[in-house]
Amino acid sequence: MSKMQVEVVTPERVVYSGEAKMVIARGTQGDLGILANHMPLVTPLKTAPVRIQLDGNNKEVQIAVSGGFMEVRGDKVSILAETAELPGDIDPDRAKRAKERAEKRLNDKNGDLDQRRAEYALQRAITRLQVSGDSGFSVKNL
Amino acid sequence: MANMRDIKRRIKSVKNTRQITKAMKMVAAAKLRRAQEQAEASRPYARKIQEVIASIASGKTSFKHPMLQSRPVKKTGYIVITSDRGLAGGYNGNMIRKVIQTIAEKHKSKDEYTIFVIGRKGRDFFRSRNYPILEQITGLPESPSFSDIKAITSKAVNFFATEQIDELYLCYNEFQSAITQIPTVTRLLPLDQVGSESGATASGTNYEYEPSPEEVLSVLLPRYAETLIFSALLDAKASEQGARMTAMGNATDNASDMIDRLTLFYNRARQAAITQEISEIVAGANAQG
Repeated sequence: MSKMQVEVVTPERVVYSGEAKMVIARGTQGDLGILANHMPLVTPLKTAPVRIQLDGNNKEVQIAVSGGFMEVRGDKVSILAETAELPGDIDPDRAKRAKERAEKRLNDKNGDLDQRRAEYALQRAITRLQVSGDSGFSVKNL
Repeated sequence: MANMRDIKRRIKSVKNTRQITKAMKMVAAAKLRRAQEQAEASRPYARKIQEVIASIASGKTSFKHPMLQSRPVKKTGYIVITSDRGLAGGYNGNMIRKVIQTIAEKHKSKDEYTIFVIGRKGRDFFRSRNYPILEQITGLPESPSFSDIKAITSKAVNFFATEQIDELYLCYNEFQSAITQIPTVTRLLPLDQVGSESGATASGTNYEYEPSPEEVLSVLLPRYAETLIFSALLDAKASEQGARMTAMGNATDNASDMIDRLTLFYNRARQAAITQEISEIVAGANAQG
């Protein structure tokens, strides 16, 4: 099985770098599964977990990515994001609080901008919770 | 000649000052190293994003994205990066001087420009002189994260996108070495030189864009501009520590010189006092004998 090099980079640091079999990310048009030797591609990503499958047996790393885009070139995948967090970097309680806050703000509507920002915040919080949750695939089980 | 006690007090006070400047120098040296590391760590991101943009821009189809095109300038934005704290030699002074010089050369009235300022020193300066400040950030942490300055970057980039400003300049101290920092004013937007400058590095890859090259570009360009501001900030942080380290090093040296000189005065005064005492005693003895 051919593998590819995966890198997740934020303006502050390189969050993840390693080999993988498949990368599953949510593009603006829907989920994308990238295998090695995919044709060169650039796409913005939605705020969602990015799943990096290390081999055939469900070994997987999840990364909470927001404000990112993905570049695929040959056997190299680069994900550039404003924030990217591994499960270990996430504080689930804080994310939970952020989620509640965002939901509350969405409920009492005032102004379009606040609305949109609350939606983004909610999305980020949900993503973080998904990544940190014990879904059976998280990095802790490796 | 000042009396002995006064000189001794001076020496003591200068010694205390020297201790402080010495400590500040060492702290700045440690922070400088960290700031440099951080600036280094931010580079892969900026490089990558530039590569992708360059390869889009150098593609066959030409794009008419507003961020890539110059338009008649009615209003100019300046992002000025200064520090929160002083005692950094000419760090803030040089930067601010350069900015007001540039502004004085290019603009006739205050309606023609607006300032986004980072750092307390710059804010205080521009505010007290009634320069038009649009947005300000102070109290940034020692190692700022991207989200810390998001407010200013997205606002500046947005103002350009919505044509409230037609040019955006970035003013910061470029880090050369711990001794040299160069105040620079560079044009950030429009990004008209991006494609040509680095087209060579990214050639050879024909990307597929999803959903479309225009969409991708319109997402990437604002982000690229924000990244550039962020790396400038990191550079400025390194410069600040470098400037402070040098300034405090000089201050420590000066304090040492001063202590040497004062010690000499002190010894001289002491000797004079002893001589005088002896001659008084001798004179007294002679008078009696």
